[in-house]
Amino acid sequence: MRIESEKQLRDYRKKLVDADRKLTKKIMVCHGPGCLASGSEQISEEFTKQLAKKRIAGVTVEAVKKTGCHSFCEKSPLVAIEPAQILYTKVKVKDVAEIIEKSVAGDEVIERLVYHDPHSNEAIATYPDVPFYKYQTRLALRNLGKINACDIDDYIRVGGYDGAAKALLHMTPENVIDEITKSNLRGRGGGGFPAGRKWASCRAVESDVRYVVCNGDEGDPGAFMDRAIMEGDPHTVLEGMVVAAFAVGANDGYIYVREEYPLAVINLQKAIEQAEGLGLLGDNILGTGFSLRIHINRGAGAFVCGESSALMLSVAGNVGEPRAKYVRSVVKGLWDKPTVLNNVETYANVPLIITNGAEWFTSIGAPKNAGTKAFSLVGKVRHTGLIEVPMGTTLRRIVFDIGGGLLKDRPFKGVQTGGPSGGCLAEKHLDLSVDFDTLTTHGSMMGSGGMIVMDDRTCMVDVAKYFLSFLVSESCGKCIPCREGLYQLHKLAIAISEGRGTEQDIEKMERLSEMVVLGSLCGLGKSGPNPFLSTISNFRDEYLAHIRDHRCPAGVCRELITYEINPEKCDGCMACISACAVHAITGRKTKPHVINQELCTKCGACVAACTRDAIAVF
Amino acid sequence: MKHDLAKVPEIIGRYPQQPSSLIMVLQDIQKEFSFLPCEALEQTAKSLGVPLSKVFSVSTFYNAFSLNKKGDTVVRVCIGTACHIRGARQIQEQMETALKIKAGETTADGKFTLEVVGCVGACAMAPVVMTNERYHPQCKVNTVKKLVAKR
Repeated sequence: MRIESEKQLRDYRKKLVDADRKLTKKIMVCHGPGCLASGSEQISEEFTKQLAKKRIAGVTVEAVKKTGCHSFCEKSPLVAIEPAQILYTKVKVKDVAEIIEKSVAGDEVIERLVYHDPHSNEAIATYPDVPFYKYQTRLALRNLGKINACDIDDYIRVGGYDGAAKALLHMTPENVIDEITKSNLRGRGGGGFPAGRKWASCRAVESDVRYVVCNGDEGDPGAFMDRAIMEGDPHTVLEGMVVAAFAVGANDGYIYVREEYPLAVINLQKAIEQAEGLGLLGDNILGTGFSLRIHINRGAGAFVCGESSALMLSVAGNVGEPRAKYVRSVVKGLWDKPTVLNNVETYANVPLIITNGAEWFTSIGAPKNAGTKAFSLVGKVRHTGLIEVPMGTTLRRIVFDIGGGLLKDRPFKGVQTGGPSGGCLAEKHLDLSVDFDTLTTHGSMMGSGGMIVMDDRTCMVDVAKYFLSFLVSESCGKCIPCREGLYQLHKLAIAISEGRGTEQDIEKMERLSEMVVLGSLCGLGKSGPNPFLSTISNFRDEYLAHIRDHRCPAGVCRELITYEINPEKCDGCMACISACAVHAITGRKTKPHVINQELCTKCGACVAACTRDAIAVF
Repeated sequence: MKHDLAKVPEIIGRYPQQPSSLIMVLQDIQKEFSFLPCEALEQTAKSLGVPLSKVFSVSTFYNAFSLNKKGDTVVRVCIGTACHIRGARQIQEQMETALKIKAGETTADGKFTLEVVGCVGACAMAPVVMTNERYHPQCKVNTVKKLVAKR
């Protein structure tokens, strides 16, 4: 069947909504990356198996939905029961029978499985009341956990393809660009460039062929929201691209998905086939005569290919070395044709803006930073997972209210945002508004949205060294300031972390950073020194402790620390002895153990193994 | 070493015979053989009309491609930021000790290849290790032992 008019789309949806009403209960099993890793596939299978055998009024096997990421990954695997909005955490296969009996056939809540507040230990049964969800506004992530990613009917039922229908049937391309410009939608890939202006300049270039490209490369270590959207709500990306292609006049679209996300490729491919089948993609979309073919390109594992000019070269089958951008890609992009390149999250916002209007969108967020931003909140925070908040939300709210504070209630040290191009913010920044402009003013950036929380056991010199080592291996090597400059910066950072650094080294690094920023061609090099620059400006004391006192205050840098067992706390359980690979720990059962400092390689395995917190780091 | 290259023409034939298909063809060859055999690269160059030097340049630029044969189980230790600050380095070292190889190497019996990767995009489960396509969340030292014990 093909949908060829607005009325047909409306009728089709009505049919789906009516059918859905017959389901009195729905079991939403999270199939996001976190839950899949902890066995959610077996759980959904078990639900299907048991429901097939049991007869419960109004509940068939169709009630089991394999949804995208519920986002509260810390508590995975997650199962939600609709419409009661009950959230079950850390579900096991053996819990399935009880859930069916009590919460699906009946209306009982199983208290053991719901979220418990870590401070008051109070049980919170429904997810809108869980603090992790309470302070969020989910636009780009709106459908994650609510629909089956591989079912276009589910997407249409919740209003999917409405934005595309409105744009194609009731608006001109100019109207669409106007609306996006007025909404002040800025690129969610991190650059923050206004999408409307990008689309307008692409349309203005005279050409017979234009392209729309979706950047699904997401190479930033510590970020995974684009992955969750592509895997859990692929149609929203397609719909956003249809609107963009219509606005700029493109008939071919490319989605560049990174190699590490095979499930995203599968789900996007399915989504393309389903949308083409219904006439919502492909030739003659919605009977309007407008056509768009979307192709998927798999990346091949190069961080630099997230950069626009490198990405386009890679789509065309070349080595992804960025080029100088004196001519923008909206003029000369893919195969030298005008190209609009946006990131996954940007496209996910587009259908909503078209449906609800620019004014609605600008009413959310902060001045000049309309809308929301999705983040992956990870690191030493209690509630790791994906979140989406209005721009302008403070870091404090994100880390302490949504994130539930730090693991083991350790002291907060900082938050790293923006990946290798971003920087580390300190405690004094906790009340800053999180938006494109504020973060940039304070030496960090939004980036693609990784937010890595750090406690007093994270060493900032080590973090800088870590990012530099990442960038050294990911630099494409085309221009010397990036290739050689980052290498030297890394070498100096190693020297400091090993206690061989001098204060002159810090000056050298600062000067070198300036040159790398000035002399590099693309964003990788231009922002490469940021992790160093932001840690040196916010945590200089920590660098000086390494240099002057040969001490790593966080107890991380191996050359400067020693492990010692506190005989008062050690109960002689021998866990550390069996964990130690180099046999550096000796002792008898029930007697305090001792570490032989000469043999110890400071790998930290004993600390991880000790259940009594008896091993101290100096 | 000889490889069954009979499949190569079929793989190349899946895509339009033009230079822009290069990466996709290489991806499929890599998937089939778990590395890029030299002879397959020569055939690819000829069929797509790309100089062999460019095929090599693309094959060595991207991390996904390998010119050396990989082990039956590819162990990938994620060293993304979230994993790093939650102790990925220890996991990597434990792996290296357990398998008696360094990252990037393959065991002599051809059973394991150990790799470190920038980020597998499963940051909420840090630290993460992958064995082939399977994720192992919140890895601890004991997890390493278990994963490797299967050899």
